[in-house]
Amino acid sequence: MMVRTFKTAAAPHIRHPDDTSKIMRDVLIALIPATIFSGFIFGWYAWILAIVGAFGGELIEYIIIRFFRKDKNFVPDGSASVTGLLLALNVSVKLPLWAFLVGLIFALVVGKHVYGGLGSNPFNPALVGRAFLMISFPVQMTTWVKPYWPKFWMSPWDMVTSATPLALLKEHGFSAASKVSTFDLFIGNVGGSVGEISALLLLIGFVYLLIKKRVTWHIPTSYIGTVLIISTIFWLVNPEKFGTPIFHILSGGLMLGALFMATDMVTSPVTPKGMLLFGAGCGAITMIIRYFGGYPEGVSFSILIMNAFVPLIDSLTKPHKFGEVKQNG
Amino acid sequence: MANTFADFTKGILKENPTYVQALGMCPTLATTTSAINGLGMGLATLAVLTMSNVVVSLVRKFIPEKVRIPAYIVIIASFVTIVDLLMHGFTYDLWKTLGLFIPLIVVNCIILGRAEAFASKNGVFRSLLDGLGMGVGFTLSLLLLGSIRELLGNGTIFGIKVWGDAFKLFMMILPPGAYIVLGLLAGLFNFIGIKRKAKIKG
Repeated sequence: MMVRTFKTAAAPHIRHPDDTSKIMRDVLIALIPATIFSGFIFGWYAWILAIVGAFGGELIEYIIIRFFRKDKNFVPDGSASVTGLLLALNVSVKLPLWAFLVGLIFALVVGKHVYGGLGSNPFNPALVGRAFLMISFPVQMTTWVKPYWPKFWMSPWDMVTSATPLALLKEHGFSAASKVSTFDLFIGNVGGSVGEISALLLLIGFVYLLIKKRVTWHIPTSYIGTVLIISTIFWLVNPEKFGTPIFHILSGGLMLGALFMATDMVTSPVTPKGMLLFGAGCGAITMIIRYFGGYPEGVSFSILIMNAFVPLIDSLTKPHKFGEVKQNG
Repeated sequence: MANTFADFTKGILKENPTYVQALGMCPTLATTTSAINGLGMGLATLAVLTMSNVVVSLVRKFIPEKVRIPAYIVIIASFVTIVDLLMHGFTYDLWKTLGLFIPLIVVNCIILGRAEAFASKNGVFRSLLDGLGMGVGFTLSLLLLGSIRELLGNGTIFGIKVWGDAFKLFMMILPPGAYIVLGLLAGLFNFIGIKRKAKIKG
């Protein structure tokens, strides 16, 4: 988005230091702990992906705006860096760099600028990129490496592959999946996408964003709360087949999705009531995909599906004006 | 003469049935997984469209207003049956790949649309040119869409290796690829249309 200076408006003039680039900078800072940690688990290549994502995203956005939109006043605002970094955190470390770049270009072109750029895209661009990579490169995207704490000097091509806990649950039941301890799931000593593994570090980043007032608690709370309720019911029905609630909350991309992807300002509802509804929908669809779907993990698809409902949720939860008379009431 | 020539050419770019009028989306999206499938579907539609346009134009004065749609459907269905049997006999592999979508040409809205909008109001020769033009436009659209999807999704065009396995986006052969490529091409065609209009205005 272009940052315009010398805007004139009627009085009173209230100065506020926040703008898009400051918000995006805080989101990037919040993601740094999880990104650094991923390199120690999956090798240095995870850092390469993150760096290429953050800087490459901004470069691609610059090329789109400068040469295809012909807007000379473009000032980088960091939103494409956030998209690129989130996409890097959402892929498997076995994904080749060229494939990652194709996904990044797709995310920014088809996921964002086709709709008119920042603020106009109905779907989260990073998730559009992830869905594209997931369908286009199913083998590379679903080959996971075994965690190797703290051997960051290892390259992913030397690493042993292993299944993620959620894949184990789907294939072999909970007794196979529970070999990974809850503590390992919490700190992130498990296989999975680059940045989704450590619930602890993602929570720390999210608390930073909460303190800075960049996000509200509504979406993550209702998202994770819905997952907790649904997984408790299914756990009581058949613990071996469906797994424990704490396992479902800590494994897979749920933390990354609920804390950083579903809370994207552009693609989530604006009212608190709408946010709660949105999070609940995301949680329900995630659990349906995990239990009954073809993929072991459903966070990214559930957020994309709920993104499509955001305009509907917004119009349903429109706040009433004070003193408004109910129509046909 | 310039007028009749325009009847033919308008279907190719200015009133392109797929990208500008957005007609016949079902076969466009479903059958363009490869260049050869797109071309086959396009040619089958071209044949039916031309013949039905001619016949509808011939009988336009005998059909009562109220039953014209059923009458058109019967005419179109006869030609689709002919094309279906011919393809079954001579291009068996293509017939098998396209499957249900050949009988479905009956309900393709391009054909009924041209019968209703053009052939029922104009003479035989102009209807023939209109059918040919729209059919060629549809065929080229499907060929373009099929080629792009086959190239990106499989690295080949008409089964001939371009870069082969080196760069394959599996998604392009799947339904999402059809929607995305169709959307981008429709945008491109509208962009060309807007530029042309701006040029004519000066």
